[in-house]
Amino acid sequence: MALLEIRNLSVSFETTAGRFFAVQGLDVSVDEGEVLAVVGESGSGKSVAMLAVMGLLPDTATVSADAMRFEGRDLLGMTPRQRRALSGRDMAMIFQEPVASLNPCFTVGFQIVETLKRHTKLSGSARRARALELLTAVGIPEPERRYASYPHQMSGGQCQRAMIAIAMACSPKLLIADEPTTALDVTIQKQILDLLLNLQTESGMALVLITHDMGVVAETADRVIVQYQGRKMEEADALTLFEAPRHPYTRALLSALPENAVGGRLPTVAVGDWGVRT
Amino acid sequence: MSAPMSPPVLETRAVTRDYETGGFPRPRKTIRALKGVDLQVRRGRTLAVVGESGCGKSTLARIITLIDAPSSGEVLIDGQPVDLRAGLSREMRRKVRIVFQNPYGSLNPRQKIGDVLEEPLLLSTSLSAPERREKALAMLARVGLKPEHANRYPHMFSGGQRQRVAIARALMVNPDLLVLDEPVSALDLSVQAQILNLLQDLQEEFGLTYVFISHDLSVVRHVADEVMVMRLGEVVEYRSRDEIFAAPEHPYTRTLFAATPKIDLERIRARLAAKASRARGA
Ligand SMILES: Nc1ncnc2c1ncn2[C@@H]1O[C@H](COP(=O)(O)OP(=O)(O)OP(=O)(O)O)[C@@H](O)[C@H]1O
Ligand SMILES: Nc1ncnc2c1ncn2[C@@H]1O[C@H](COP(=O)(O)OP(=O)(O)OP(=O)(O)O)[C@@H](O)[C@H]1O
Ligand SMILES: [Mg+2]
Ligand SMILES: [Mg+2]
Repeated sequence: MALLEIRNLSVSFETTAGRFFAVQGLDVSVDEGEVLAVVGESGSGKSVAMLAVMGLLPDTATVSADAMRFEGRDLLGMTPRQRRALSGRDMAMIFQEPVASLNPCFTVGFQIVETLKRHTKLSGSARRARALELLTAVGIPEPERRYASYPHQMSGGQCQRAMIAIAMACSPKLLIADEPTTALDVTIQKQILDLLLNLQTESGMALVLITHDMGVVAETADRVIVQYQGRKMEEADALTLFEAPRHPYTRALLSALPENAVGGRLPTVAVGDWGVRT
Repeated sequence: MSAPMSPPVLETRAVTRDYETGGFPRPRKTIRALKGVDLQVRRGRTLAVVGESGCGKSTLARIITLIDAPSSGEVLIDGQPVDLRAGLSREMRRKVRIVFQNPYGSLNPRQKIGDVLEEPLLLSTSLSAPERREKALAMLARVGLKPEHANRYPHMFSGGQRQRVAIARALMVNPDLLVLDEPVSALDLSVQAQILNLLQDLQEEFGLTYVFISHDLSVVRHVADEVMVMRLGEVVEYRSRDEIFAAPEHPYTRTLFAATPKIDLERIRARLAAKASRARGA
């Protein structure tokens, strides 16, 4: 049984220009201990699909699916309360825009401790110790001082690491990481990816990694989903994706790597419907 | 240098920046986020800034775009020292623009994107309302967004779409110097290519000068004329792109280059095989 199983997920929004489908007919399954990368066009519904899994979409979103199960439990049939108990503990998400996702009114230490308070039985001092341990693990220098820092007193990458610390706080079974290393230099990126992969090998955590960085995909993913305009274009194991991409969109996307510039110009993907499968 | 050469568009001399932290109940503490940065960028050139997360890149960006004053040192625009206490002219505000690292925080949640893009035109041109709208829609198209997006609020966009809105806004009033703080970090390769091509077109057409902050070394290699590498508030290496990529001198620069993730089929094959055999062993 897959840890997370989604069948035929659609998410739409009511807009002034009519109903807009951000995700259409998406199937996703993730096993324990697996690293699934999700790549694709900006605006193709990667974040929206995963926010639907977490139950964190705004009221303006309409979500439908034939199945949406976590450890065999039906997510759509759960009460909001059951859902909240699950998210943050068994499944956690690192949000794409860390600075905007942290609460500006509270210190970083407080925000980690709050998560632990909600989902664990740790004592006050144990929570503080665990928070410092997490800040250290994500490579934040002077964790004692940072514990008392507000988000606006930290750099973009430091906020991103604080967000990662919050998501990891309760050792989730499923971690959804939405562009978790965009604000990090490559050495700290490597440290964070190693940390996530260690968790995954040691505790069997499953990782859904949304990323635009094909190098990161190549170094971490078992399987890859490629999205375009709300739909899945291709799904393949990491080797096949790079060695023999099947879908023309995937091929076009990979050809836009900056190293492939011709006379200073970069190749782009023409907007097209890429023979969207139905 | 010969006399007729115009001064650099941007120059900084020994710029430092201190932040006060702590305070009750902890002792106050000053941290020096920039420890004396000297740089020069000539018209129509691109300086890329790379470095460790937290080394002071965004702090520097706010200083060279005249948002914050340095704690000490000088910032010169077109050879003229800028004194923030004396206030900034409208012309200076048009000339120097920034694309913030965190686009969400820089957009007013109650302002539709069309209005966001028109606002700079309203402030610094005398265009009519239909002309402003037309320019806004044209810019949306150039960053790969659609006309109907003009009627949406910031929260109705994806991360990469918001990043493109921030870039579009900065480009609305033909700046001379544009500082871009991680401008393509949320974009897929194809949209990234589109934006980088757009920036290059504008540079060729109008002689725009860029300071481009990025963690992505392949992007830096593509856009930069010169590269500045920073660590802990200091510049550790600052040379032409070709020199630095051919032979990085500072150990930190070498560490950075070595840590860049690569697409290597043999490594993927080995990694997947190792994982499969671990799974069988378990
Ligand atoms: N609240 C909303 N109202 C209307 N449309 C929305 C809303 N939220 C998101 N969208 C749209 O849904 C689509 C999918 O957005 P999503 O954030 O999932 O994209 P993404 O694949 O994560 O892109 P990126 O790589 O840029 O982060 C986008 O076209 C976006 O504009
Ligand atoms: N308002 C503030 N108060 C106190 N410290 C601050 C403040 N703003 C930034 N800092 C600190 O100054 C240092 C430099 O921050 P800055 O945001 O310039 O880094 P950066 O190089 O942009 O990093 P990143 O790549 O992670 O975005 C960091 O250690 C940060 O914690
Ligand atoms: Mg997204
Ligand atoms: Mg920064």
